[in-house]
Amino acid sequence: MIVADRKPLDEIQEMIKDYDKIMLVGCKGCVTVCNVGGLKEVQILASALRIGRKKDGRTLHVEERMLERQCDPEYIEQLRDSYDSVDAVLSMACGVGPQFLSETYPSQRFYPTVNTKFFGGAVQHGIWDERCAGCGTCVIHYFDGLCPIARCSKSLQHGPCGGSADGKCEISKETECIWDTIVKKKVDQGRLEDLRLYRAPKDWRTARDGGPRRSIREELVK
Amino acid sequence: MSDSGYKSGSNLEKVLKAGHFAFTGECGPPKGANVGHLKEKMEPLRDMVDAINVTDNQTAVVRMSSKAASALMVMAGLEPNFQMVCRDRNRIAIQSDILGASALGIRNMLCLSGDHQQFGNHPESKNVFDIDSIQLIAVAKKMRDEGKFINDEAIDEPPKIFIGAASNPFGDPWQFRAHRLANKIDAGADFIQTQCIYNMERFREFMKQAVDMGLTGKTHILAGVTPMKSAGMANYMAKFVPGMDVPQELIKRLKGVDKKMQAEEGIKFALEQIEEFKQMEGVAGVHLMAIEWEHRVPEIAERAGVLPRPKVD
Ligand code: SF4
Ligand code: SF4
Repeated sequence: MIVADRKPLDEIQEMIKDYDKIMLVGCKGCVTVCNVGGLKEVQILASALRIGRKKDGRTLHVEERMLERQCDPEYIEQLRDSYDSVDAVLSMACGVGPQFLSETYPSQRFYPTVNTKFFGGAVQHGIWDERCAGCGTCVIHYFDGLCPIARCSKSLQHGPCGGSADGKCEISKETECIWDTIVKKKVDQGRLEDLRLYRAPKDWRTARDGGPRRSIREELVK
Repeated sequence: MSDSGYKSGSNLEKVLKAGHFAFTGECGPPKGANVGHLKEKMEPLRDMVDAINVTDNQTAVVRMSSKAASALMVMAGLEPNFQMVCRDRNRIAIQSDILGASALGIRNMLCLSGDHQQFGNHPESKNVFDIDSIQLIAVAKKMRDEGKFINDEAIDEPPKIFIGAASNPFGDPWQFRAHRLANKIDAGADFIQTQCIYNMERFREFMKQAVDMGLTGKTHILAGVTPMKSAGMANYMAKFVPGMDVPQELIKRLKGVDKKMQAEEGIKFALEQIEEFKQMEGVAGVHLMAIEWEHRVPEIAERAGVLPRPKVD
């Protein structure tokens, strides 16, 4: 899933300081799963914003809404009758949400309330780690299902670099050296020889380096 | 290969091919456009070493470009070993810099991944890592030997570059270090300079493995030496430099002498190492990284008995 973090409250307060009536829109997709933009988080942020505003002696009206997904025009349409009844709309979805909203309702102003970070999953309750960088050409079968593109700090296809120590990456003792894990897995499986192969420079055109990307499924296009 | 039979005809290549025990040095370019400062650091190395490594924004701290500093050395009649990292350049800039370096008379190049920018003075920067150090070696070799860019387009005059790579015998996971060295040699590394060695026991094992794998016949391995200036420096390196193996005995040995004598004790240890490397099977020379200690190199070279440096035509 897409993993995001909530923006700090004061940053959100600063964004909306000129508005008295806002809409806060959550999403039931990834951000619900990573506990950042689901129903509960919409309610919490809405009350925090109201309380904060009250301290300043003003009132803030917050309309709380939940959409099935904010990356689908069908659900974005559900705000058609109410989007312009407020001064601004805040999205709690990943970076896709506020953009789909913005494209559908050009006359309204939209704000993000989360910082969208990566594709990953929960490694334990409350902790999410990155797994994929969306490079567009998956090569993890060469590395026993572990991705050095997203998980090695230098995206090395031939690792580990000289900075790998005790299974940790040179950038921090908190960061796993994925190359250490790849090598150990190969050793355990008796296939270290696999890592003696040369891998050609990667074609980054399928990643963001080829410009914004599009995916077309001909059979679905009407 | 050129008519002379040399790949680049660098002094380092000639010394190694003639079978002499090589001795290389290192110089970090200044944090500014100060040519005078660079000269102060490089001049003590004249006639003391076969080539001088010019670091490329080492530890991701911005300095004068390694290509420019290398070119200044060429102009001053010194031989640089131009270091290039993959952190700051994509394949377009890399190939362009290889051609440019060759055009400027630079004949040695060391291919590195590069320290992550997190360490440096611009941790906010975006990194590149379009290709990695092993691919960089292969690219340089392809450009030189096949006269082709990565995309197979022809180069009108191929670069003349003696290709080097780094090896850390102490990096983890240990099972893979010699294999990684083999990968670099397969990719085209003409010579190897190792990370600073302090744990001689582990280095002996590493070299034995390299010899057993037949690697030492395919490349020239220069053992990395950095004299410790104090017990404090040894402690720091042991604790904070990733991939560095500093045994407790060495720290104890340095602590065992008076503070004023610790630098001398560090040099003594380095000299003992060099003596052993001269005898060690598969070791073709020493790479002396006397960080911010360039002025001590003549004394160390003298005491190590590596002077005068051979002249090969
Ligand atoms: S190789 Fe590319 S697509 Fe596959 S997991 Fe890594 S970043 Fe994602
Ligand atoms: S230490 Fe490991 S994860 Fe970190 S940059 Fe080096 S190889 Fe990649």
